[in-house]
Order: sequence, then C-alpha cells, then structure tokens
Amino acid sequence: MINKKHLFKILVLLLLIGLVVPFFTESYVISLCSLGFIYAIFAMSIDVLAGYAGRTSLCHGAIFGSAAYMTIYHVTVSGGDPFVAAIYGIIMAMIISLIFAALAVRTTGVYFLLLTLALGMIVWGICQRWTSVTGGENGLRGNIRPEWLMSAEHFYYFVLALLVISGLMMWRFVNSPFGLGLKGIRESESRMRSLGYNTTLHLILGFVISGIGAGLAGVLYAFFNSFVSPSSVALTQSVKGLLMVLVGGVGTLFGSLVGAAVLISLENLVSSFTQRWPFVMGLTFVLTMIFLPSGIVGKLLTNKR
Amino acid sequence: MTFFFFQLLNSLTFAALLFLVASGFTLIFGLMKIVNLAHGAIYLLGGYITYSVITMTGNFFLGILAAVVALALLGIFEQYLLKFAKGVDLRQVLITLGLAVMINDISLVLFGGDTLSVPVPEFLKTSVDFYDITYPKYRLFVLLFGIVVFIFLMLLMNKTKLGALIRAGVDDRETIEALGVNISRIFLITFMLGMALAAIAGGLGGAFLSLYPTADSEILVFSLAVVIIGGRGSLLGAALGSIIVASLSTFGQVWFPELSYFVIFGPMALLLAFRPNGLFGKPI
Repeated sequence: MINKKHLFKILVLLLLIGLVVPFFTESYVISLCSLGFIYAIFAMSIDVLAGYAGRTSLCHGAIFGSAAYMTIYHVTVSGGDPFVAAIYGIIMAMIISLIFAALAVRTTGVYFLLLTLALGMIVWGICQRWTSVTGGENGLRGNIRPEWLMSAEHFYYFVLALLVISGLMMWRFVNSPFGLGLKGIRESESRMRSLGYNTTLHLILGFVISGIGAGLAGVLYAFFNSFVSPSSVALTQSVKGLLMVLVGGVGTLFGSLVGAAVLISLENLVSSFTQRWPFVMGLTFVLTMIFLPSGIVGKLLTNKR
Repeated sequence: MTFFFFQLLNSLTFAALLFLVASGFTLIFGLMKIVNLAHGAIYLLGGYITYSVITMTGNFFLGILAAVVALALLGIFEQYLLKFAKGVDLRQVLITLGLAVMINDISLVLFGGDTLSVPVPEFLKTSVDFYDITYPKYRLFVLLFGIVVFIFLMLLMNKTKLGALIRAGVDDRETIEALGVNISRIFLITFMLGMALAAIAGGLGGAFLSLYPTADSEILVFSLAVVIIGGRGSLLGAALGSIIVASLSTFGQVWFPELSYFVIFGPMALLLAFRPNGLFGKPI
C-alpha cells in the first residue's frame, strides 16, 4: 500500500496540513494538536531505542517527567528564565538517561524492560516523597510560558517546528553509521563486539540521545501544561509512550507520529463520555499486542512487500 | 537497641510479605521466561477482595480464600491471553502490562480511591511482650506464615514430581517438552500458584500496609528488586532478596525518610554491576 517513497510525500502533505490547521479550527483543537506533537516527539524518542537498538524501555516517562520538573522548578522556585530552564531540563534528562543507561544497557529483552521499569519507579518514588523540592503529591505549578508563546497558535507553531526538527534529527540519527551500528547490536551484540565495536558505549550513547528526545518532550510538556505532578513521571506515562510506538509500529519512527495521533484522539474521545480512559488504554495495549504486533505503519509496510 | 530490634522485626515481617509476592513472581519468570507485570495489580485486587468479603462475612480466612479462588481463576484467563503471543517473550510481558493497567482501573471503579485497611481477626489483635518490646501479634503471624510458605514451596520444588518438572522447565524448557511432558499444564499450575500467593499477600498486607490505588506499583517494584537481586527462578534467592530489600526499605524509611526509595536502588545497581543475573540466577 505504501512504500518509502510514498512516505516522503505523505509526510510533506501532513506538514502542509499541519501548517494550515490553526486557520480552520478553534483553540481547543489547536492545543490538542500541540499535545499530540509533544507526545509524538516523546514516542519517537522511545522508538529510537526500542526499534533501532532493540531495547524496549519503560523508564522514558521518568526522563520526560524529570525534565518537566526541572523546567518548572527553575522558573517558579529559582525564578530563572524559561529558556535557561528548558536547557536545564534537557541537561537533567541527559544526566538521568546517562545513569539509567550505565545501569541497564548490559541487559536485554525482558530484563531490560524490568530494570528500566524499576529505575523509572525510583524516580517516581523520589518525586512523590521528596516534598521539599518536588512538592510531593501536589506537584509544582506555575505558568512558565514566555509572553510570545502565550497564544495557542504561537505555541502550536513552536511545537510543530520542534517536532519537524527533532523528527528529522532522529531520522538522520537512526540512518547514520552510528544508528546502523545500533541496528547491528539489535541483531547480534556478540557479533558487533567481535567486529571491534564498543557495544556498551554505543548503547549508552544511543540511550542518552533517545533520552534527549524524551527530555525535549518533557520540557515542552511543562510549557504546555504549566503543572507537573508525580503522575507525569509515573509508569503510566512510559506505558502511554510505549503504546504509541507499538500502535504505530516499532522501528518506523513515522509510526510514532501515527501512534501519538491515534492515542491522543482516542484519549480525548473516550474521556468525553467516560472516566475509564486507563481501562481503554490497557485494553488497547492488550489488543494491539495480540492482533497487531507490528503496528499500523508496520502492517502497511509489510503488506507492500 | 530496643528501637533497632523493633525495626528488625518490622523488616522481617515485611520480608515475609514480600516473599509471598516475589516467590510466585520469580517462579513464573524462571519457568516461562516472562514476568507477570500484573502481579502488583493482582496483589492489590486480592487485598480488596479480602477486605470486601471480610466486611460482609466477618471471617478473615474466608476473605483470603475468596481472593485466592478469584485470582487463581483470573490466572487461567491471563494464561489463555498469553497463548496469543506464544514464543515472543516481550510481547507476552507487554500483554501482562496492559492487563495490569486494566485490572487497576477496574479496582479503582469497584473499590474507590480511598485508603482501606483489612480488619485483623480478633485473636491476632493483641500484642506480645518480650524483654522490653511490645509487638503486634498480627505481624508475627505474617512472619510465621511467610516461613511456612517458604518451607512448603521448598518441599514442593525439591521433593515432589511437580516440583521436579518445574525445576526441569526452568533449566531447559525444550528438552522436557520433547520428553513428552505437557508443559502448558505446568505453566498453568505455576501461574495459578503465583497468583494465589499474590492474592494471599494482598489480604495479609492489606491489614498492615493498607490498600490504596498506587500500592500495586509499589509492591511490584519491591518484588522486581527482590527478583533482580535474588535471581530469576530461585526460591532461595527470593527469600534472601526479600530480606535484603525489606531491611533496606525499613531502615531507609527511618533514617532517610525522603529518599527511602533510593536506598533499595543503590545496592541493586551495585549487585547488577557484578552479577547481572542476581545472586542465584541462571542466565537466560
């Protein structure tokens, strides 16, 4: 149905639609789209690791959340500039992913999933209990958007631009020799090691780069939501991001965009008439894993062949 | 000194509870090479069911029994779902993760978001005195129960035919299948056993840790830490891991209340650096 050439055309078309959307819709839809873009960046960052390095992570929500915490903390408590805060947020994400990477990259498969789950939960536990810094259950609140990003349209274009830039960068990254090295490790780590690659370092760097993506999404989320609480760091956040990747298709990057769009729309739709969104999300997860393990985009790509 | 001894008892009773959850968890992990991420949700649901049945009938043991039966049945259902992704470990684990999210949401609908405490049976409500310590009988009962389950599981694994089959399955799944053993049935029995143990833990733990909507992920992380430290599929590892994790957590809470979560993580990371498969684990 679609192949790589068509994919490029589709992406350009989507971008054009994205550029004109604010002219035709109300501000509620615009901010929903902005949220979708933020989650698309988040999901792509998970896919870099899950799809290309073969390491399915459940700690990206923690990286995302700590970047958001850092950003809001710097502006509201330390009284800093929002853009310095954004940079601090991304540095925070890098530090956390470096620590996680150093501990987790030696493991694979289910063990990696477990370990990252435990590591992510520790961050959640700290956000919950370290009340003097994180505000505990109440979280941190504060409108940190600078003046020129206040309107929904401006923020929309800002996030769209960052989505395009970070998407292109991640695409370039996974297709670079370094990214191919990651793919090689996914296929056979021992073979890559005997070819002379420092696989541990390779994976750590891959993890940190994926963590930067999650951190960027977290910073944008802080700008978007003006509020962060332990639930932004919790396992549910990682599960949501991972589900987007899985629904779209692991290892396709573009799939993460589709997955984010599907999930955010579904969440919005379901939440409009019931409070049972978590149930629907869990059900979507189970059904995807049973009936559509390669995801929407993955399915379309294989049908072509 | 009294304080230290008191905290030590707290650690041991908490360890007994953790062992109940983690033993089933580690057996499933060892045998089927998957982790049941719904284990925390099962624990919480088990606690809620125990609570409801006790408030209805007033009988503590009936409550536990109801939870065991209900969740063992849920275990059959989960095992059935997992068959759809046979042979792909990661997909199976992700199914259990989705299931965990669903079970938690159902629990929230049925039992609300308030903190509930399972009522302790009358004859365990008092405390015992020895030397200068007064300690609640109920927690000692949990400790005793944990030890009994440990002995029972050790006997089951080492002295019975079923145990021999499970151990053989942990070591080499393909070979024992080729020898004509119906491995699916062994899987199912182990799964139900693990679920039943988690349900009991929910009932027992609900009385002194109380039940609330995020209790499931807390207990899940504790059991993950136990299995990571103890090693996949090892009962002895689960017992030792439970004691280590429970002591770190209990003393951590006393000494560094804000960072207690961090305290279980340091040693876990250290251990992983030297023994990636845990204390008693075998590589996959």
